[in-house]
Amino acid sequence: MFGSETGVFKTSYAADMALYPLPVARRTMAFLALFFLFAVPLLFSVYAVTILNLVLIAVVGALGLNILVGYTGQVSVGHAAFMSVGAYTAANLIARLHAPFWIAIPAGGGMAALVGAFFGIPSLRIKGLYLAIATLAAQFIIEWTINHVTWISGGVDASIQVSPPVVFGMALETQRQLYFFLLFFAALAVTATLNLVRSRVGRALVAVRDQDIAAEIIGINTFRYKLAAFAISSFYAGVAGVLYTYYLGIANYEQFGISVSIDYLAMIIIGGLGSVLGSIFGAAFITILPEATRLFLKHFGGMFLSHGAILNLIPNIRLILFGSLIIFFLIVEPEGLNRLWRNIRNYFRIWPFTT
Amino acid sequence: MSPTSRLVFAASAGIVASLACAGLAQAAQKTILLGMQCDRTGPTEIVGTSLCPGIHDYIALVNSKGGVDGWKIRADEIDTEYKVPPAVEEYERAKEQGAVGIMIYGTPQTEALNAKLEVDHIPGTSPGFGIAASSDGKYYPYLFPIAATYWSQAAAAVKFAKDQLGGSLKGKKIAYIYFDNPAGREPLPILNALKRREGFQLRDFAVPPPGVDVSAQVLAITQSYHPDFVISHTFGKSPSLVIKGLKENGYPLTHVVGLVWASGEPDIKAAGGWGAAQGYNTMQFAGAGENYPVIREIKAMYKKEGKAPPAAMKNTVYYNRGILQAATFVAAIRNALKLTHGQKPTSVDVRKGFEMIRHFALGGIVPPLTITASDHEGGGWVQIFRVEGKGLKKLTPWFRAYRKVVVAKAERTAQEMAAK
Repeated sequence: MFGSETGVFKTSYAADMALYPLPVARRTMAFLALFFLFAVPLLFSVYAVTILNLVLIAVVGALGLNILVGYTGQVSVGHAAFMSVGAYTAANLIARLHAPFWIAIPAGGGMAALVGAFFGIPSLRIKGLYLAIATLAAQFIIEWTINHVTWISGGVDASIQVSPPVVFGMALETQRQLYFFLLFFAALAVTATLNLVRSRVGRALVAVRDQDIAAEIIGINTFRYKLAAFAISSFYAGVAGVLYTYYLGIANYEQFGISVSIDYLAMIIIGGLGSVLGSIFGAAFITILPEATRLFLKHFGGMFLSHGAILNLIPNIRLILFGSLIIFFLIVEPEGLNRLWRNIRNYFRIWPFTT
Repeated sequence: MSPTSRLVFAASAGIVASLACAGLAQAAQKTILLGMQCDRTGPTEIVGTSLCPGIHDYIALVNSKGGVDGWKIRADEIDTEYKVPPAVEEYERAKEQGAVGIMIYGTPQTEALNAKLEVDHIPGTSPGFGIAASSDGKYYPYLFPIAATYWSQAAAAVKFAKDQLGGSLKGKKIAYIYFDNPAGREPLPILNALKRREGFQLRDFAVPPPGVDVSAQVLAITQSYHPDFVISHTFGKSPSLVIKGLKENGYPLTHVVGLVWASGEPDIKAAGGWGAAQGYNTMQFAGAGENYPVIREIKAMYKKEGKAPPAAMKNTVYYNRGILQAATFVAAIRNALKLTHGQKPTSVDVRKGFEMIRHFALGGIVPPLTITASDHEGGGWVQIFRVEGKGLKKLTPWFRAYRKVVVAKAERTAQEMAAK
């Protein structure tokens, strides 16, 4: 089979600790890189690229939330608010000081990390649902602040227009140009997370998740790592918020409501908690599903219903389908799409000896 | 492979197949495409479910009569759930397919698309919402509010209060109850400017999102402030709660005016029905009711096809606004076709077509719209309809007020935005 693992020997620790120890995995990565770098921009329509751009942004945000919820076990329903912190920080820097993207993106992430760490302080004392409520407070406080403090929100409209990012002297105005920009940051986020979770910090986070008292006994400063998890997670959220702002050309707090926080939770739960690949699957699933159901109903709904009825039904059926699919996947595979993918992969791994 | 995995595999294959089919877009000849954004689900769905059928029905009517100079019009709708990303998605798709204009729905969506419209030279309409300063066509060349902006609405509300209170507002108290978001706050600068000019007192009462409880604000208005007039600028669920609350606290509804998004039949029904809302004044930028030639034509069209007219038609306020939006676009396309001598117009031609609209009335359902290069609002006309009996009764003709204040404010703000 294409992915045989026999005959792969490692002669150094470095080889054993490589991100992709198997040749098949390295080949797959090379193929994916070629696909996303060349095939997608050349073959896909602008519209498909537009949606893919949204997926890339969602991947960054979902990875951040997964570090906090999936790896560290701290529930947060304020993720969207931390995104808005990043978005407005960057938008203010861009609009007032004409900051380039390489300042705006880390600054947005950094500010979100600070705010996130602050709202993470209660996590030392409270856990589970109680912590969820504390982060809910963060969601509302941040939303209210941006809505009412005109110094942040830029006036009555609470929207700040931003100019497109300029890379090597070229302004990225079209969705295709923006695609490479977003792809770079999504790839960076994925690589950073992959390495983070297999580092000392990542293992400490997992220890805190599995049993925080035990973690403390073996010498992990739980407070520090919980705060670090909040900060790292919010940093990702902030970066996603800045990317979102570049994508929309505008920072607008109404785009970072509680429902977006829930969407991100749905992404990581459906994708798989505590899994990098799961975050990617989940982000793609939640972002593409509404569009896929819409297209499906538009083209096949006509067989049963009149045009006018369809138009009124599509949005509602889409919501119903969305909800049912989430329940379906959770029942079929509670550990998420990542587990589903693993099952399929394991089947082929020992094929044809699979039972 | 386990049975469930097989099922999942089959399902995903099905979705991929449907996506592939979707790629084969139907390319009809002599068709002019418009992008169209709706909100049939989401916080303001009571608007979208009636407004969008109005757009489709008017376009179907135009097409049933042979289109515009032989060109059929197709509006490609998407439901945005009042979120910005789907609006951007739709915009990109419509642009790719060669749409000559976009019907936007929602203030944040308008703000996000404004810059893109300008870059791509595609005109977009934002009737009754969006950026108030965009009435100034010099600074917003591709955005067409085509109906009274929040500033014009606020000015008209003050004028209406003045007329109702005997011609002077000196020493009177006006309460402004609004949804606490950017769109809700937008009229405030105009109200404050007019406060100084007319010498009335003004206090504002914010309803925090999601606006499902207004009892505290209503009590503050009726029990402590005791205003002479109430202006309600609320959206979604809250307009009905404001009507209900004021009524329960004994405030006369004849001294309450709702701005355009607090003025639909669903709001009145949700407030307890026509009986409960007697006397409530609603502001309209398109005529309410069914007594217009174009509505009769649409009914006749349905009759000819042997179908019943859609239920959405009964929500005349929103349905008629859909007609206004579609009809203005069709008028712009008609003008554009004059410019191109029957050739397929580009989006730039359609923009010019908008600016050639003069005294457009469509049998009274549309105000006497006159859109020029500097005035994309079309004059800022509104009408007040009062809840009387089992319907909305016209109380005033089309009117506008404090035009100079509104236009000056729009120009100043547009300049400031441009300077940034």
